[in-house]
Amino acid sequence: MSTVTQDPLLSVRDLVVEFPTRRGTLRALDQVSFDIAPGEVLGMVGESGAGKSITGSAIIGLIEPPGRIAGGEIRLRGERIDNLPYEQMRRIRGRRIGMVFQDPLTSLNPLYTVAQQLIQTIRTHMDVSESEARARAVALLDRVGIPAAARRIDDYPHHFSGGMRQRVVIALALAAEPELVIADEPTTALDVSVQAQIIDVLKEICAERGASVMLITHDLGVIAETADRVAVLYAGRVAEIGPVRDVIQHARHPYTRGLMGAIPTLEQDSDRLVQIPGAMPRLNAIPQGCAFNPRCEHVFDRCYKERPVLQRAAPKHQVACWLTEEGGA
Amino acid sequence: MSEPLVQVEGLTRRFDISKPWLNRVIERESRQFLTANADVGFSINRGETFALVGESGSGKSTIAKMIVGLLAPSAGSIRFDGQEMDFASGADMRALRRRFQMIFQDPFASLNPRWRVRDIVAEPIVTFGLLKGAEITREVDRLLEVVGLSAADAAKFPHEFSGGQRQRIAIARALSSKPEFIVCDEPTSALDVSVQAQILNLMRDLQDEFGLTYLLISHDLSVVRHMATRIGVLYLGRLVEVADAKRLFTEPQHPYTRMLLDAVPDLALSGRRRKPVLGEIPNPIDPPSGCAFHPRCPLAADICKRETPAPRPTPTGQAACHFAGQNSEVA
Repeated sequence: MSTVTQDPLLSVRDLVVEFPTRRGTLRALDQVSFDIAPGEVLGMVGESGAGKSITGSAIIGLIEPPGRIAGGEIRLRGERIDNLPYEQMRRIRGRRIGMVFQDPLTSLNPLYTVAQQLIQTIRTHMDVSESEARARAVALLDRVGIPAAARRIDDYPHHFSGGMRQRVVIALALAAEPELVIADEPTTALDVSVQAQIIDVLKEICAERGASVMLITHDLGVIAETADRVAVLYAGRVAEIGPVRDVIQHARHPYTRGLMGAIPTLEQDSDRLVQIPGAMPRLNAIPQGCAFNPRCEHVFDRCYKERPVLQRAAPKHQVACWLTEEGGA
Repeated sequence: MSEPLVQVEGLTRRFDISKPWLNRVIERESRQFLTANADVGFSINRGETFALVGESGSGKSTIAKMIVGLLAPSAGSIRFDGQEMDFASGADMRALRRRFQMIFQDPFASLNPRWRVRDIVAEPIVTFGLLKGAEITREVDRLLEVVGLSAADAAKFPHEFSGGQRQRIAIARALSSKPEFIVCDEPTSALDVSVQAQILNLMRDLQDEFGLTYLLISHDLSVVRHMATRIGVLYLGRLVEVADAKRLFTEPQHPYTRMLLDAVPDLALSGRRRKPVLGEIPNPIDPPSGCAFHPRCPLAADICKRETPAPRPTPTGQAACHFAGQNSEVA
């Protein structure tokens, strides 16, 4: 199915996540499949409610009950991790899969110094002495660009600015040298001028250590300059997946194309932005067939009846749209 | 077109962030002030969209609040259509008030959840006594259709709508008193891009239809470029550059503007490498001496540490930099 030549580091197949509610079961993810190769940066974009963060939570086994994985499988280096007991999963989290969340203030414990948090993380996952862990922690902070790391390590999170805090969170995520880092909107809470710094640090340090990254964001600009491949999610389904350049410059799915046109850029000159009519359907009212059909301008009979499967549009570029087959797009 | 509708001069706002009196006495500390805005001056012409950009903490929203009268300035003046705004005075001000409105960032917080949409949109009409009885209902229905909702939505509550639809309700409410001037504080930053495009397009259509003047506050440079006629760039509460919208992006005059532009992610994959910016915005309680930007500025010289630069004219507008206008080639 995938055209990645190496064995993928992470492989997600037909993942279904459901939330039972009083008014019936909601499907937050519906048969999502993708791979991440070793050392690759996969971007995951979509609007709010598309299922980006749920995908991340499902991979690290942190879906809030009563939500549950109702189907499909997740493999890390070929080994299933979606059905592991809690204790075993806990050892994978942090050790093999690191996480960076959106808000650095809530992902750091305000009552502990940065040193305590880093050393604890390192010693939980690795068999090293206190002083060795501290030396590693200082080196890490220095690597993520915190000035005077040896001194600042004993500060509390509130002593750091937003950008610096996010650097600490990145250091924390990489402390146990994970193979995969899931970064969920790592720059959304930051100003543009700091955003570029953080993206650079994250990208460099992961490349250096050969860690793969799954970068979840709603900002296509960040994806464009960071990711190798990008998956576009819509209503809990993958609409399009492929190399960044192909998807951004030759988007095939009408949704992706609408999304690209809707973003004002610094280069183009037009009076009106392309607008996609309507809004993403609520999870309890996902239309039959293609989930995008009420908003799509190219809609035809088949879109109402059958749900489109991912089809090859170009090498490594797959699109879930019936137009691709017709050769129309 | 060129007569200014809104004129702001020397606008300053300080917040007292001192500890309580007893603590100050015991700890021998003096009063502490945070200067959110210092000496901000600009004018907005009739029918144009003037945008203010800046990072968090640069004082964008404080200016918006002072202009609509939600916050009193510490110093400086605001004139609307030639008339001095004095929010303490009664009847004159009330007549003036009808002529400007505001749209807020978060449509989940700016609409009363216990009111029906009809009452929310009608509130300014009722408050200003513009219409009576059945005319109000008719007007609300019309406004809802103007912003792309339907008259049937008037009976619903805000929670029944999505973020984009709520922002449409907020726009309908802002339009209901038939204002000339609307202050839009980050109107789309809580929305997804596809919805953002709908709202931005709607705002433009309404501007053409009703001849509105906008003050647009945003941190998103591409949104600002798309919407604005002229742009003011704020840094630590001071206006560092004002320029014609398109030329700000091609010929930035202030080093801070240049830095901001370099930091915008490149969606077109043109190969333009974004330069990570050095340092971060300083603490506004204790801003650097002289030009507040000097610790991060590539052009900084001795004079920048000593003297606060006054705005000087540039080919594209004005810039508050000691080196503006003289050698714009330095980059």
